[in-house]
Amino acid sequence: MASNDAGSEMQSPERAYWLDDPHNVDRIVWTVYAVCALLLGADFLIKPHGPFAIEYVFGFYGFYGFLCCFGLVIAAKGLRILVARPEDYYDR
Amino acid sequence: MTGELSPGLILIVGALLVPFLRGRLRAAYILALPIVAFWQLITLPNGSFGEIHVLDMTLVTLRVDELSFVFGLIFLIAAFLCFIYALHIDDTVQQVAALIYAGSAVGAVFAGDLITLFIFWEGTAVASLFLIWASRNERAYGAGLRYIVIQVTSGVLLLAGIVVHYSQTGEIAFGHLGTESLAGVLIFLAFGIKCAFPFLHNWLQDAYPEATVTGTVVLSAFTTKLAVYTLARGYAGTEILVPIGATMTAFPIFYAVIENDLRRVLSYSLNNQLGFMVVGIGIGSELALNGTVAHAFCHIIYKALLFMSMGAVLFRTGTIKGSELGGLYKSMPWTTGFCIVGAASISAFPLFSGFVSKSLIIAAAMDKGYFWTWLVLLFASAGVFHHSGIKIPFFAFFAHDSGKRCAEAPANMLIAMAISAVLCILIGVYPRPLYDILPYGPVTFNPYTVHHVVTQMQLLMFSALAFTVLMRTGIYPPELRMINLDFDWFYRRAGYTVAITTGRWAQHAWSGFVRAAKRGARGAAVAVERHHGPEGILARTWPTGSMAFWTTIMLALYLILSYL
Repeated sequence: MASNDAGSEMQSPERAYWLDDPHNVDRIVWTVYAVCALLLGADFLIKPHGPFAIEYVFGFYGFYGFLCCFGLVIAAKGLRILVARPEDYYDR
Repeated sequence: MTGELSPGLILIVGALLVPFLRGRLRAAYILALPIVAFWQLITLPNGSFGEIHVLDMTLVTLRVDELSFVFGLIFLIAAFLCFIYALHIDDTVQQVAALIYAGSAVGAVFAGDLITLFIFWEGTAVASLFLIWASRNERAYGAGLRYIVIQVTSGVLLLAGIVVHYSQTGEIAFGHLGTESLAGVLIFLAFGIKCAFPFLHNWLQDAYPEATVTGTVVLSAFTTKLAVYTLARGYAGTEILVPIGATMTAFPIFYAVIENDLRRVLSYSLNNQLGFMVVGIGIGSELALNGTVAHAFCHIIYKALLFMSMGAVLFRTGTIKGSELGGLYKSMPWTTGFCIVGAASISAFPLFSGFVSKSLIIAAAMDKGYFWTWLVLLFASAGVFHHSGIKIPFFAFFAHDSGKRCAEAPANMLIAMAISAVLCILIGVYPRPLYDILPYGPVTFNPYTVHHVVTQMQLLMFSALAFTVLMRTGIYPPELRMINLDFDWFYRRAGYTVAITTGRWAQHAWSGFVRAAKRGARGAAVAVERHHGPEGILARTWPTGSMAFWTTIMLALYLILSYL
C-alpha cells in the first residue's frame, strides 16, 4: 500500500504488465466465449420451476441477457444523438 | 433519559463539539461517534421512547422496531465507513455536515411520528447541501442550489401532507398511509422526490457528482435509502409503486451507458438500484419487503464502495471522466480490486452481496405473477452489470492506457474500501445473519440453488459476451467529452428560457403601458390646456347671443322629442 504521492512517475522503464500483451486480452475473450458455451450446456442440467412459460425456453436467461445488453447499447447510442451536448452547454 | 436518546441525536449533538477539536483527537472523536450510537442502538429494546407532548400531540422521538432497527444499523455502519474514508481531510464544514446529515437520517428512521420525521427530513436536506457546496466551485454552487430547492419542495409537500392528515384524522403517528387520501398523496410525492422517482429524479444525478470526493460517498448512503424506508413504512403494497419502480430500474441505465462522468454513471445506477427496492415495496409481500430491506442494506455498502473507488481515482488523478482515464490498474491495484468487488456485488454475481438480496425481490415478482415487471427487472439486472459491473472498472482501470501514473489511494481510503469489500463478500457467501434481522417474518428463501446460480450466471456472462462483442466490433459507443440532457433540462434550460422570455415580455408590456400612460397623461394635459388654458375655447367669455342660441336649440330639441 503506497502512501507516498511522489516518485511513481520516475520509474523507468515501466514494468510490463500481463494485460499489456494483446494475446493475453485475446485469452480473456476466449475464456468468456468458453464460459458462455459451458453455461449454455448447463441448461440441460437444470429444471426450470417458475410460473412463466418463457423460462422453459432453452437458454432463455443467456439469450435474454445478450439481447438486452446489445439492445441497450444500440438504443443508448441512438439516445446520444438526441441528448448529447457539449460540456459547457449549461454554462452558455 | 440518556437511556432513551435517539442514536441519531448522538451524531448530531456530537457534531457540535467537532470545531473545538484538532488533529488526531478530532479524527478519533468523529470515528467514535457512530460506534457510541451503534452501541446505543443495539442496547435499545423494541418500543417507543422519548415521548414529548406538544399542544395536544404526542411526539415519539424514538421508535425501535424490526424495520427501523435494520435501517438504523446500516446507516450507522455506512457512517462509520464514510468517516474512515474521509479521515485524511481536515475540513470542519464537511465533517460537521456529514455528522449532522448521517445523524438526521438515523433520527428520521427512528421517528415514531410525522412531525419528528419532518424535522429530521429537513435536517438531511440542509446538512447534505454543505457536502455539495464544500467542493467550493461554481458548478457545485449551482448544483447545490438546485438540489436544495428540490429537497425543500419535498419537505414542504411532506409538511402539507402532515397538516392535512392531522386535520382529517387527528393523528400524527407514522404508520401505514396509503394513497387513498389527499394527505397520503402529498406525503407520497414528498417521499417520491427523495426516492428519485422518474421525472422527480434528476436532482440526484445533477448534485451527487458535484460533491467532494468524500461527500459523494456520504450522500450515496442516506437520503434515498431514508426515502425507501419511509415508503416501506407508509406505502407497502401500494400497487402503483411496481410500475414506478420498474421504470426506475430501466431508464437510468440508458443514460449510464453514454455518460462520461463515472461518478454520474454511478448516480444513474444508484437510481436503477432504488427501482428494485421500490418494486419490492409495491409488491408488498413479506418476501418482497424483506427483499427491499435486504437490498437497501447490501446496496448501501457496495454503492459506497464503488463511490469510494471512483473518489480515490478522482482524488489521485484529478479527473473522473471516462474519456480521460484508463490503465489505472497499474498505479492503483488495490483500488482496482476493491472496485471490482463492488462491481461484482452490484451486478449480483453469486458469492457477492447483491446476489442474495436482489434475488428476493425478483423471486417475489415471480411469485406474484408480475411477468412484465420480472422481464424488466431481468433487463435491468443485465444492464446494471453492463454499466456498473463492466463499464466503471473497465474505463477507469483498464481500457486504453491513459498514461496517467499516480500513487495508490491513501491508507485510510484503502481501509474503508477493504472493510466494505469484505462485508460485500461476507454477506454474499453467508447471508443468514442478514436474513435473520429482516423485519417481515422468517426468510426461508435459499439463493444458492443450482438453478438460480446457473441462470444468474447465464444472464451475467452473456451480458459480458455482448459487451465483448460490441467492444471488439467497435460498435460500443466511445466515452466522449459530452454531457447528456436529462429531465433537469426542463428547469435548467427550458424553464430558464421561459422565465427569461416571460420576464422580457413582462418588461416590454410594462414599459409599453408606462409609455402609453405617459402619452395619455400628456395628451390629456394638452387637451385640458387647449380647452381651459388662456387661449382655450372654454376659458373664453361667452357672448349672451350664443347662450340664447344654444337655449333655443335645446328647447327645439325638447319640443321635437315630446312629439315622438
